[in-house]
Amino acid sequence: MSSLWEYANPVKFLRLSERVLPVLWITAGICLVVGLVWGFFFTPDDFRQGSTVKIIYLHVPSALMAINAWLMMLVASLIWLVRRHHVSALAAKAAAPVGITMTLIALVTGAIWGQPMWGTWWAWDPRLTSFLILFLFYIGYVALWSAIEDPDTAADLTSVLCIVGSVFAVLSRYAVLFWNQGLHQGASLSLDKEKNVADVFYQPLLVSIAGFVLLFLALVLYRTGTEIRLRRAQALIRREAAVHA
Amino acid sequence: MRALLIRDLKLAFRAGGGFGLGLAFFLIVVTLVPFSVGPQSELLSRIAVGVLWLGALLACLLSLDRLLALDWEDGSLDLIATAPLPLEGVLSIKALAHWLTTGLPLVIAAPAFGVLLNMPSGGAKWVVVSLLLGTPALSVIGVFGAALTVGIKRGGLLLSLLVLPLYVPTLIFGAELARRGLDGQSTQTSLLMLAGITLGVTALMPFASAMVLRMNLR
Repeated sequence: MSSLWEYANPVKFLRLSERVLPVLWITAGICLVVGLVWGFFFTPDDFRQGSTVKIIYLHVPSALMAINAWLMMLVASLIWLVRRHHVSALAAKAAAPVGITMTLIALVTGAIWGQPMWGTWWAWDPRLTSFLILFLFYIGYVALWSAIEDPDTAADLTSVLCIVGSVFAVLSRYAVLFWNQGLHQGASLSLDKEKNVADVFYQPLLVSIAGFVLLFLALVLYRTGTEIRLRRAQALIRREAAVHA
Repeated sequence: MRALLIRDLKLAFRAGGGFGLGLAFFLIVVTLVPFSVGPQSELLSRIAVGVLWLGALLACLLSLDRLLALDWEDGSLDLIATAPLPLEGVLSIKALAHWLTTGLPLVIAAPAFGVLLNMPSGGAKWVVVSLLLGTPALSVIGVFGAALTVGIKRGGLLLSLLVLPLYVPTLIFGAELARRGLDGQSTQTSLLMLAGITLGVTALMPFASAMVLRMNLR
């Protein structure tokens, strides 16, 4: 029980995730309910933005998780390429659709907020544009997974795509900054700033972010478990077919 | 290495390899734009540079799926891969051949096509400079996409989906360079960034391309 790598063994991974998952689901649920209800119903309206400010409790956490999901996929891809743990490749595969959903939530809530505030659903602002590009990268990644039949080759190729894509995503981020100055406000949450958002908005936001993080972890663990079982089922079917042939 | 380059060039020129096709496609894109946005010449001259860049990018994309797929189908890719030449070098040569047969003609034709779009005088120089600097990057990145999707049947659409997001930085700095040059603004940043992308991609991308091609050939 000393090394993290023990959980690269699918059996141990499944046993651990079976124990951890109920806790994760419950705490994620509690955090989301508390954060969102607190944020939506028990915070004052902003004096300029009115009640539209409350979309921050969905927008900021989902945007945060959209980027972190890609980072997690990058780390998992590197682990797969270096140490060849199947669980790692499958975790990257399992995280991608969750990341797509988070990116979509961020884009859609941003548009809904932008319409009354900026007077437009969409602007070619650096942050918005970067997120759209991130969304395209996610789609390409998932499409490549589903296009290749052999699972190991698919894991290899998507891992390299994820790494190359990360480099180009960062490059695009800064290229877009150069290309157009934006409408979007600066970061609402930075660790190196003294004052972020006012405390009344800040505390429920933190709870909501915690809820999104836990929800993401739970979804990825759950989906990875599904992928592992799917792989086993496919292996069993192949063996059966070989026996009967 | 030289033999491989000559072979690829010959294949592209003869055998319906689609040497002129990219150019013709470029012309069609340029022709279709006024139909879609209207014939006002001041509007066209404002978007001319961007249309030329987008057309060149799409024309580059068009020929990518036959870049490695044809060699894969007739088995010559296996032979080339087992040859003493490192796969990274092979793919660099492939990218060079692709650029010579697709990118370079586009660069040469772009000023002429700019006339069709009522591009302001002085724009031709900047379009040529930016395309000359940028299109090699498009070819090198395209080889990566081709290597990634070589084993997939009917992978053409997937190839576009994978490669186009990778083209974003090149397109941004390339079109920005041409636009700024035309408007008489400072071009230094975009010029250096575009050159940096092309050089960096040429140096590093063949390793990634060779890596995924080896995975596909395994």
